[in-house]
Amino acid sequence: MASIAEKLADKQQEISVGEFFERNKHILGFDSLTKALVTTVKEGVDNSLDACEEAEILPEIKVEIEEVGDREYKVAIEDNGPGIVKRKVPEVFGKLLYGSRFHEISQSRGQQGIGVSAVVMYGQLTTGKPTKVRSKINEKDYANEMKITLDTKKNEPEVLNEEVVLWEGKEHGMRFETTVKGLLRRGKHSVFEYLKNTAIVNPHAKIEFDRDGDKTVFKRATDQLPEKPEAVMPHLKGIELGTLAKMAKNADRRTLKSFLKNEFSRISYSKAEEICEEADIDPKTNPSDLEVEDHKDILNAAEEVKLMSPKTDCLSPIKGMLIKKGLKNVLKGNHPEYYAPPTTRDPNVYSGNPFQVEVGLVYGGELEKEGPVKVLRFANRVPLLYKKGGCATTTAIKNIDWRIYDLDQKGGKGMPSGPAVILIHVASTRVPFTSEAKEAIADIPEVIDEIEKGLRECARSLRTHLNKEKKRKKVKKKFTVVNDILPMIAKKSAEIIGEEPPELDRSLTKIMGVVYIEEESSWEDGRCKMEIEIMNYTPKERDMELFFEKPYPETELLSSNVEPDHEGDHLEWKIEDLEPSETRTFSIEFDGDLEKDDLDGTDIYIEGVGETKLIGAEPLPEDWDIELTDIEEED
Amino acid sequence: MGDKENKDRYEEALESLENIAEQFYEQLDDGEVPSMDIPTRSKTNIELDRRKGVWKLGDSTTNRSANNLKSSRMLLRTLYMLELIQDMIEEGKSSTLREMYYISEGWDKAQFSKQNQSDSLAEDMELVTGALREDFKLRPEEDGARLIGDITVEEVNRKGDVRTINCRDDVGDSGYTIPYNVESDKVNFSDVNVDFMIAIETGGMFDRLVENGFDEQANALLVHLKGQPARATRRVIKRLSEEKDVPVVVFTDADPWSFRIFASVAYGAINTAYLSEYLATPTAEYVGITASDIMSYDLPTDKLSKNDRKALEQELEDPRFDTDFWKEEIETMLDIDKKAEQQALAKYGLDYVTDTYLPEKLGEMGLM
Repeated sequence: MASIAEKLADKQQEISVGEFFERNKHILGFDSLTKALVTTVKEGVDNSLDACEEAEILPEIKVEIEEVGDREYKVAIEDNGPGIVKRKVPEVFGKLLYGSRFHEISQSRGQQGIGVSAVVMYGQLTTGKPTKVRSKINEKDYANEMKITLDTKKNEPEVLNEEVVLWEGKEHGMRFETTVKGLLRRGKHSVFEYLKNTAIVNPHAKIEFDRDGDKTVFKRATDQLPEKPEAVMPHLKGIELGTLAKMAKNADRRTLKSFLKNEFSRISYSKAEEICEEADIDPKTNPSDLEVEDHKDILNAAEEVKLMSPKTDCLSPIKGMLIKKGLKNVLKGNHPEYYAPPTTRDPNVYSGNPFQVEVGLVYGGELEKEGPVKVLRFANRVPLLYKKGGCATTTAIKNIDWRIYDLDQKGGKGMPSGPAVILIHVASTRVPFTSEAKEAIADIPEVIDEIEKGLRECARSLRTHLNKEKKRKKVKKKFTVVNDILPMIAKKSAEIIGEEPPELDRSLTKIMGVVYIEEESSWEDGRCKMEIEIMNYTPKERDMELFFEKPYPETELLSSNVEPDHEGDHLEWKIEDLEPSETRTFSIEFDGDLEKDDLDGTDIYIEGVGETKLIGAEPLPEDWDIELTDIEEED
Repeated sequence: MGDKENKDRYEEALESLENIAEQFYEQLDDGEVPSMDIPTRSKTNIELDRRKGVWKLGDSTTNRSANNLKSSRMLLRTLYMLELIQDMIEEGKSSTLREMYYISEGWDKAQFSKQNQSDSLAEDMELVTGALREDFKLRPEEDGARLIGDITVEEVNRKGDVRTINCRDDVGDSGYTIPYNVESDKVNFSDVNVDFMIAIETGGMFDRLVENGFDEQANALLVHLKGQPARATRRVIKRLSEEKDVPVVVFTDADPWSFRIFASVAYGAINTAYLSEYLATPTAEYVGITASDIMSYDLPTDKLSKNDRKALEQELEDPRFDTDFWKEEIETMLDIDKKAEQQALAKYGLDYVTDTYLPEKLGEMGLM
């Protein structure tokens, strides 16, 4: 953002923002009609999500697109965020590059866009129509509504008419309506795809999409808000020259030494002195007096002086179970057979910027078998739809020989193929994009390395799963042995020697040697029933725990033949003394506006049975601690 | 063997079969997985009995256990087959191997999917119990092959009467047909007036020698092998060789498969190696056609196919062919990359085989 701001600041004297906008359409995301529409929605939705999370509100976002003319659409975006106080509305919507964040940096969606004011300008330039904004804050009983345009010469907002309205049923929130030239497409670069992918990495958000009356709702899969990313001071090592210049010019501090210590992270007074000495600048210099050459010297000095790495705990990853929930929420219609436990790598640092990589992998079922695997790319929870080929995510995928993980890949090079979806999320206080257009992540070795490691972790899980699938098939054959053949052997041999048929349980468990879980679900009128059978086909008496992850937080347990030992986002049963060849059945029924594919076997986990002996369910993933705090509180 | 002896024979077979059922029962009762050990029938598990000169089954065994679907089915089939044999012995009936295969249609999950499965299981039962399939009231459908020559056979017919048949004078041109049971309770040889017997692979060559009167010309017994010979055919050859000291020569095509026909007559077949003592005639000699005959008689040939070459290479690994004679034969054939049929001798006229080829070859062996 900063460097666009820089450019803009430099150019502003010479040209109007209108001209600037025209010249830089490709950077701003308005270079094609299809993309313009996606960008319009993206700027609005990103803003809404950021605002809701900032205010710790579970986001409910509505996107409406209506065709109003030839390649002309009315786009409305509404949220339940905190709203914006009346006097700030014109600045946010009517002044290009207006932002609240300046010195502090944090992992936010906002850093990825030009700001919603660009949408206002784009609409105004292409259709001549103003943008209508409505905002209601909690403290007021009424909402403010105004029409806004942009003075493209002065980069100042113009408010056309302003009124006070009642907003029925809304405690707080924002809505804006703008009319833009665009082209509404389907497919991988569509608004739908953008919203769908947004829903995957924001399982705490409810997103409604109304396209000319054709409605899609992406339900909320969790009511846990993501942890708020911590805003931190920038690290001197990763900062751009322009940003440093801007910070120095606007600095409150009187001396360079104090400026360095207070406005950057991990710099003490003694470090600040060291930097000044290295840069050969008097520490007492007023930072606003520094010249461009001085800025450069300071940055060079920062490279020479040993600085502590930036803090990495300021990032807010999505984390395992929620990634799975998000993926499942959107992909369940394809009935994937397997969700690899998503990987959240430890935070790492590239040139002074903390970043963190997360990877998810879904496999099988009715996912497309032909062609390359589908890759979903995200930066700070924002989908990246363009420039896939030039993205670090693609580089990392291609670096791996997927054949060793049982995925097809021609010659062990390039994109693997098969029925799989790979999710890659890079979170950072400063995502390293390839260009100002912020459409792809640059090939930074540290970043590629982390992505690759994350991919390999998921790929290993997939391989284990596929091996287990083979084993499951073998076990199925053994069912024929123990259910059909063995009783016949017993009966026949007893007949021939004139005895009563022997008891088979012990022989049977020796043949099987597994704990087998089978589930069956049925659906009717928003209610789902599920029957889970746990069969102990081992020669040992066993204790274990059964976990079932509810699809939505509002999913309600209607009935269960066995009272669960815990009920929250997931259900939990302790199973004790399961005898060899004993079967326990759990019949559970759920309500809560459920759809047909909401419940399936991928939500069942078993703790207490070795992975090799467990068939038909996954062992409890390691990051199953999402709810532990709640449990402790209850106790 | 008399009636009483027969009864004992069946009782004994039955008892050893019932032991198998008892074993499964006890294993289940002990909470074990039912299983049985079966001697392994493969070329890696045959060994030469030096005293008897035949290749017999070695000591290695294969465990067949209910642990997997395929072999658990075989165990169940074993029990069903056992029950069938029980019934047949009780009712004094017998069935052919093919009939048993069809009977298994009613065996639910124990049904066989191919006849070679049921044939093979019958062989397994012989192996495990030490009885013969005849003791199980099972017989092959194919009759034994044909004999022509001056020997006299006494056969007990289905009415229990003894018929005396001279295999030269009392038969038509197709000869005496060997019944499936050629044990002494059924067949005996009373008068044997031949110098040697010649076992012939193909029907065409057998008929050529009959038409040319080779049996009288050479004072020989002609035996038709019909390809890979049936047990009864091999048993007749064995008995004539052993009981009546009739020398045996084998006359086949020159190809890898014919070499195996000779081996099963002389050394014993891998699949029935446990029966070699009854079936193999270790003194049998190979008269031809040899690989070197192809060259010295300049016979019309075919090129070896890929499978032929593979078979020859397998034979080089087969302990039964581990002799100087066979090593050289096989290597020569691989070298010249050619094979020939017996009837290729017709190149020089229909009488060539009886006038020239056989007298020359048998002369070298001292039989003519």
